[in-house]
Amino acid sequence: MQTHQYDVVIVGAGGAGMRAALEASGEARTAVISKLYPTRSHTGAAQGGMAAALANVEEDNWEWHTFDTVKGGDYLVDQDAAEILAKEAIDSVLDLEKMGLPFNRTPEGRIDQRRFGGHTREHGQAAVRRACYAADRTGHMILQTLYQNCVKQNVEFYNEFYVLDLLTDHDLTTEQIEDGAEVNATGVVAYDLASGEIHVFQAKAIIFATGGAGKIFKTTSNAHTLTGDGMALAYRRGLPLEDMEFFQFHPTGLAGLGILLSEAARGEGGILRNSEGERFMERYAPTIKDLAPRDIVARSMANEVREGRGAGPNKDYVLLDLTHLEPAHIDAKLPDITEFARTYLGIEPYTEPVPVYPTAHYAMGGVPTNIQGEVLRDSHNVVKGLYAAGEVACVSVHGSNRLGTNSLLDINVFGKRAGRSAAAYAKAAGPHRDLPENPTVRVEAQLAEMRDRPDGERVADVRKALQETMDANAQVFRTGDSLNEALATIRELQKRYRNVSVQDKGKLFNTDLLEAIELGFLLDIAEVTVVAAINRKESRGGHYREDYPDRDDSNYMLHTMAYRRPTSASDAADGHVAGYFDHVEDFGDYKVVLGSKPVTQTRYEPMERKY
Amino acid sequence: MTAVLENPATESPKPEVGAVPSFEVTLRIRRYNPESEHGEESTWDEFTVTAHGTDRVLDALHMIKWEQDGSLTFRRSCAHGVCGSDAMRINGRNRLACKTLLKDVNPDKPITVEPIKGLPVVKDLVVDMEPFFASYREIMPFLITSGNEPTRERLQSAEDRERFDDTTKCILCAACTSSCPVFWTDGQYFGPAAIVNAHRFIFDSRDEGATQRLEILNDKEGVWRCRTTFNCTEACPRGIEVTKAIQEVKRAMITRAF
Repeated sequence: MQTHQYDVVIVGAGGAGMRAALEASGEARTAVISKLYPTRSHTGAAQGGMAAALANVEEDNWEWHTFDTVKGGDYLVDQDAAEILAKEAIDSVLDLEKMGLPFNRTPEGRIDQRRFGGHTREHGQAAVRRACYAADRTGHMILQTLYQNCVKQNVEFYNEFYVLDLLTDHDLTTEQIEDGAEVNATGVVAYDLASGEIHVFQAKAIIFATGGAGKIFKTTSNAHTLTGDGMALAYRRGLPLEDMEFFQFHPTGLAGLGILLSEAARGEGGILRNSEGERFMERYAPTIKDLAPRDIVARSMANEVREGRGAGPNKDYVLLDLTHLEPAHIDAKLPDITEFARTYLGIEPYTEPVPVYPTAHYAMGGVPTNIQGEVLRDSHNVVKGLYAAGEVACVSVHGSNRLGTNSLLDINVFGKRAGRSAAAYAKAAGPHRDLPENPTVRVEAQLAEMRDRPDGERVADVRKALQETMDANAQVFRTGDSLNEALATIRELQKRYRNVSVQDKGKLFNTDLLEAIELGFLLDIAEVTVVAAINRKESRGGHYREDYPDRDDSNYMLHTMAYRRPTSASDAADGHVAGYFDHVEDFGDYKVVLGSKPVTQTRYEPMERKY
Repeated sequence: MTAVLENPATESPKPEVGAVPSFEVTLRIRRYNPESEHGEESTWDEFTVTAHGTDRVLDALHMIKWEQDGSLTFRRSCAHGVCGSDAMRINGRNRLACKTLLKDVNPDKPITVEPIKGLPVVKDLVVDMEPFFASYREIMPFLITSGNEPTRERLQSAEDRERFDDTTKCILCAACTSSCPVFWTDGQYFGPAAIVNAHRFIFDSRDEGATQRLEILNDKEGVWRCRTTFNCTEACPRGIEVTKAIQEVKRAMITRAF
């Protein structure tokens, strides 16, 4: 075991982690721990753009952007956070340009902007050009630019280190912590993949920037490595997860594969058609049609398929038509995604429409934070020294449905905020707090148990069963029955997980072992996602219940806060609001308790969501 | 969404246009695991899996790892050619496993899969990437400017932006560098990827660090070691004209006074 001491430790080296590192490393002794080399992070797969009301090509302002974000999230957005997002967007984009990001340019040499779903002028009048972009590899350029600036600033990285535990000075899973009592994060425990050694990182401030959990689904745009590690660690240590029932299905995944084709394809003029060649979005969103928010487009597509108007031999996808666009325009604005269609489906987008179907894309929910990036341990108390930013976090700027281009924005705005807050806190804090007596005991036991189990079930079989039930039962359309079926399967799989074994028993670069550990995270995230979805008996944003097709503000205008607790603990979640959030789900040796948190509303009254 | 045939006995599935039916494919994989009985020696293992039309080499590697031999070790993440984790030598050519369809690499014969060359092998298909990233870091891969920053963005014409577009596509997968015969024999050589990333800044109209970078690459392990064999251009999974970029850096060295 090796022990390290830093002022700030950042877990994850995607956009949010590295943006935070650029703020923190100049101010405090900072390390970034990442399970991948930084440039492998999934920020690099983001394509279309980053929203900011620069007004470089047409009239725009941050207030319209705030409104679109709030409405796009079906009013479950915390409006103070959305306002920060939209206001600070402008400097975030300019920061990146100054760091060297090669944005596409207007004829005047300014940052060019294009249309994207749900971004409008004058509160929904028409689509507005707000997305700043670099061809269709904006995320790639953000990731590269942030890494380049980390190289410039000599940021210290621990690459291919897997953080497997979060250390705090109180056990939140069992102890009754009083309101207002101080709880501190003290460090993390990591596993060095190359050597198999355990490392303890003692820190005054810790930032979780571990990204999403798309691998709970079978059809997903997410990387194999997006297994919800940070969310699951927080959850296991007794912290709540917020709004996990809201998962975004991106409308245009390559059919059958789930590989993302950017919404920029529609921003640049692409049209969705059903088997009859009809531009069906005209029926579902008459004003902005194909540029409606993702939840609406994904549902419309799934509905076309359900009603028998799907294309292809099995009528199970719709078509993204770019054939009316000039090939030169496609090459200039959408080169990568058209190459995906050619490489993976053998389709030539110049002349043929591309088969697409919704793909699991983004977790709106996550580890709850306030606008400074501080992690909440209930509806209002923070854990001192613990921060989160990016997809792992729920601020909540995305509410129940994130607008396209708002995630690249989120990682920059809240990555920067979390980095600054963490560095300031670490500088003001006293000496490092003591770690628990045996900080590595849990991780070592977990790894040894998994590695030493002589034989058992294959990790891949359990994971496949999980992903299949999530695709079948918790996707674009959900019902109480389908969700209960998913839950029954997850309970079963949680049991089977205790009997999985790995074939690789070695210490060096044991990815077999790590995949088994990651499966545990996936099961926990799926569990909390489904329990929260069962409880929310309404349809809002990305969560659509066919048995409750309407939004129900009187009962559900609240954030879900899900806690894992021992069976013996009292059922009242901290900060609990009486009513529909009394839900408790028993899992044998623990239970999932659902509490709630009020939605912050400032200037926008909830309205019916029409586009 | 998968199709369910109501009566599989009498109806045969209609193949999709352009689809390739399932087929057996054998992968011949170079193995290395210092913890194994073979110690420091590498060995070859063959695995046969059933693949489908759009399956890639990465899918076959996953089938092996998940169904046959969990100890098979390789890096991967995004699985669609943008993260740069899974560069490997497939039938003697550097490619990304996630971007190489099995049907395109002659699945009738065993497909050989080896780690990329010129970097120390850690385990099976995993190499130590540190020397590669060290070269990258040395060429100062970040925008260098002087004076006050503008209030808004720096202006750059669309033409000036286009000038270095090709080299912004690099995903640092090392397919180019580890395909270079000069790099194989002299690991000190900066290699194509580092030069590509220097190019990305040298030809960026906003940047003022070209002189420093050109000095670094004028080193005896620098750009003059390139023998223009075009292996790098052929290997690049992003379609970057790597050799051309290297030539442009050489030319800049001659024409720009420093």
